[in-house]
Amino acid sequence: MIRKSFLSLLGLVLASTANAEWALNMPKGVTDLSLETYNLHMMVFWWCVAIGIVVFGVMIISLFRHRKSQGAEPASFSHSTAAEVIWTAIPVVILLIMAVPAAETMVKLEDTRDPDISIVVTAYQWKWHYKYQDQGVEFYSSLARPSLAARRKQAGVDVNSVENYLLEVDNPVVVPKGAKVRLLLTSNDVIHSWWVPELAIKKDAIPGIVNETWFRANETGTYRGQCAELCGKDHGYMPVVVEVVEPDAYQAWVDTRTKGEAKLASASQN
Amino acid sequence: MTTAVADTHAADHEDHGPTKGIKRWLFSTNHKDIGTMYLIFSLVMFFIGGAMAMVIRSELAVPGLQFVHPEFFNSMTTMHALIMVFGAVMPAFVGLANWMIPLMIGAPDMALPRMNNWSFWILPVAFGILLSTLLMPGGAPAGGWTMYPPLILQTGDAFPFLIFSVHLMGISSIMGSINVIVTIINMRAPDMTLLKMPMFVWTWLITAYLLIAVMPVLAGAVTMLLTDQFFGTSFFLAAGGGDPVMFQHIFWFFGHPEVYIMILPAFGVVSEIIPTFSRKKLFGHDSMVYAASCIAFLSFIVWAHHMFTVGMPLTGQLFFMFATMLIAVPTGVKIFNWVATMWRGAMTFETPMLFSLAFVFLFTIGGFSGLMLAIQPADVQYHDTYFVVAHFHYVLVPGSVFAIMAGAYYWLPKWTGFMYNEKLGKLHFWASTIFVNLTFFPMHFLGLAGMPRRIPDYSTQFTDFNTIASIGAIGFGLSQLLFVLVLLTAKKGARATDRVWEGSHGLEWTVPSPAPWHTFTTPPKARIANESFE
Repeated sequence: MIRKSFLSLLGLVLASTANAEWALNMPKGVTDLSLETYNLHMMVFWWCVAIGIVVFGVMIISLFRHRKSQGAEPASFSHSTAAEVIWTAIPVVILLIMAVPAAETMVKLEDTRDPDISIVVTAYQWKWHYKYQDQGVEFYSSLARPSLAARRKQAGVDVNSVENYLLEVDNPVVVPKGAKVRLLLTSNDVIHSWWVPELAIKKDAIPGIVNETWFRANETGTYRGQCAELCGKDHGYMPVVVEVVEPDAYQAWVDTRTKGEAKLASASQN
Repeated sequence: MTTAVADTHAADHEDHGPTKGIKRWLFSTNHKDIGTMYLIFSLVMFFIGGAMAMVIRSELAVPGLQFVHPEFFNSMTTMHALIMVFGAVMPAFVGLANWMIPLMIGAPDMALPRMNNWSFWILPVAFGILLSTLLMPGGAPAGGWTMYPPLILQTGDAFPFLIFSVHLMGISSIMGSINVIVTIINMRAPDMTLLKMPMFVWTWLITAYLLIAVMPVLAGAVTMLLTDQFFGTSFFLAAGGGDPVMFQHIFWFFGHPEVYIMILPAFGVVSEIIPTFSRKKLFGHDSMVYAASCIAFLSFIVWAHHMFTVGMPLTGQLFFMFATMLIAVPTGVKIFNWVATMWRGAMTFETPMLFSLAFVFLFTIGGFSGLMLAIQPADVQYHDTYFVVAHFHYVLVPGSVFAIMAGAYYWLPKWTGFMYNEKLGKLHFWASTIFVNLTFFPMHFLGLAGMPRRIPDYSTQFTDFNTIASIGAIGFGLSQLLFVLVLLTAKKGARATDRVWEGSHGLEWTVPSPAPWHTFTTPPKARIANESFE
């Protein structure tokens, strides 16, 4: 009976895995560093699995063999200096193996020199403002209307029918493929955090402080993230959307934005 | 003449017996009564904090906003954390310390019994104040239990009450730990040297020092928040030249040792239980002591690993990453020693042992994710996602809470004088273990897939795992009612012997069950403590 229900449960789980794409792991992302981050994550994960197999293995063997109901007689040993030295030393070696590549990646992550594009990101409760430093483009970016309508309590809208529910903005950030984009992050009110998993970038936007980070996307596409630092009631409703496009498409985008803004500026002067 | 002596003796006893009614509890200076009050208080808080978790998981069961508004959701996460950390886990360990430390070291009571009374009775006041904020204009605090400014300064009328209740909790903890230290240092049985002390006493001694070191730091940090809000200072306000990040440094200087405050006594409890049911001495007692001390020391120099995304210099990040990774070494020693204790033992699997075994397994899983989180570039991805939520719930629920449960089952016969219902206990264990994994394991996947923590609603690709976690959470919550049933039926079982367990060892098992109101009025010989294994 128990076995039967277990099997049917397993079947259910497998079936639904086949139906829906269940994301189980960190994305490999679209930058060199996001791939390095993913590799670090997997390396530590596999070390943990290996250690887990050894420790849990010994423990499980003990649980089955050294039980009183099996007639086990307790041994009387209570310490072994040799064993303790070994299981202090081995973890130190494993940690060193992990620490070296992690440190190498950290050095690269912090290297914000010589950017192709610099964008000043200012966080507000609860939207983002982007200002391209040399292109004269700036705009606010907040949750897109379809999500806005569906997010209200008992809105009566099926959120499954909203495309990219809570992960769509009115004005996405547009950057060219292959360019080194530097972000200068700050905040106008409370602390926020700018995060796009596919770019492996998460950096806090803090009032009074300008934080730096960078990415270089290798593939075109739309990459979505969210504010990652609790910032008040609408913390869950300030997504980040980055569109990586071909360089000429980016240039065209900048041209339309600047023209539009010039038009707006002259209109307001008149 | 003889009769006269006997009479005085009887009169003496009446003088020292418990007074009847409410006064027994209100004015109690007895370590056992105060221990009981701490434990009951913590259980009540466990259910209140748990009810808040149920609100959180119900709202997150499916995408879209069904039950609560985002602001109230944030209040729930904030209050859930504060109540579970300061109201459930910490007082539970203080309760176990109150009951068991004097019994384990052969002392008649805690060293400072009146302060003991006060440090307990401050707690209901502190949590009364904290819970009352739910009814205040502007709602309960919603800025997270970490209270980061500037956000926490946007709290409504609840703000000063939050600060005041945190102060009270801190005062209670500091007094409690002073009591533990003075008791352990001064009141041990004559031939119990420091290294002969049971592990639970050792880990609590270390914990008490940690508490004394960091609770004042928290008090300082929240006082600065208070003056920033009401007296025009700018400690953490950029507009006045302050630094919001400084609060995080100060908070986590408290916060990281706090993590070990919640787990070291758990190590102690498990180190008592595993030898008992393996019928074998604890492996490497002394190296367990050194490992715990080592963990305590390291806990002071790793705080900024909670802040890898705030923009620290590279060298600072490297230091905190390496220091954090080092913690794996003494923690590993502890786990290996527990496994070595079981190895070639003669194990039986009563409820306390089951909870302890689950502790070793599941705490280790929490330790693994902790090691992953230490790797700074990976932490940039994990930080503030459900991966972190999974990590700290693994070390706190099947970690600390399971150890508390294990301790409660282990010592319950000593407290009540009766064996609890073993079947019910095992049912409680299996239900808790299955549901705790169902709740928290899928959260690893959610975090890796990109779901931030502390959000009331989420994008639809996160639905499946959230639904599973919510089912698990409600199952886990209901399973805890079984524990209440165990307590309610605790006196229906067979009479407990003094030893209670076949493999039990230590002074607490040399006194009758239930432990009389006064024990060890004359100091015992500590030799007895280790005799059962020698």
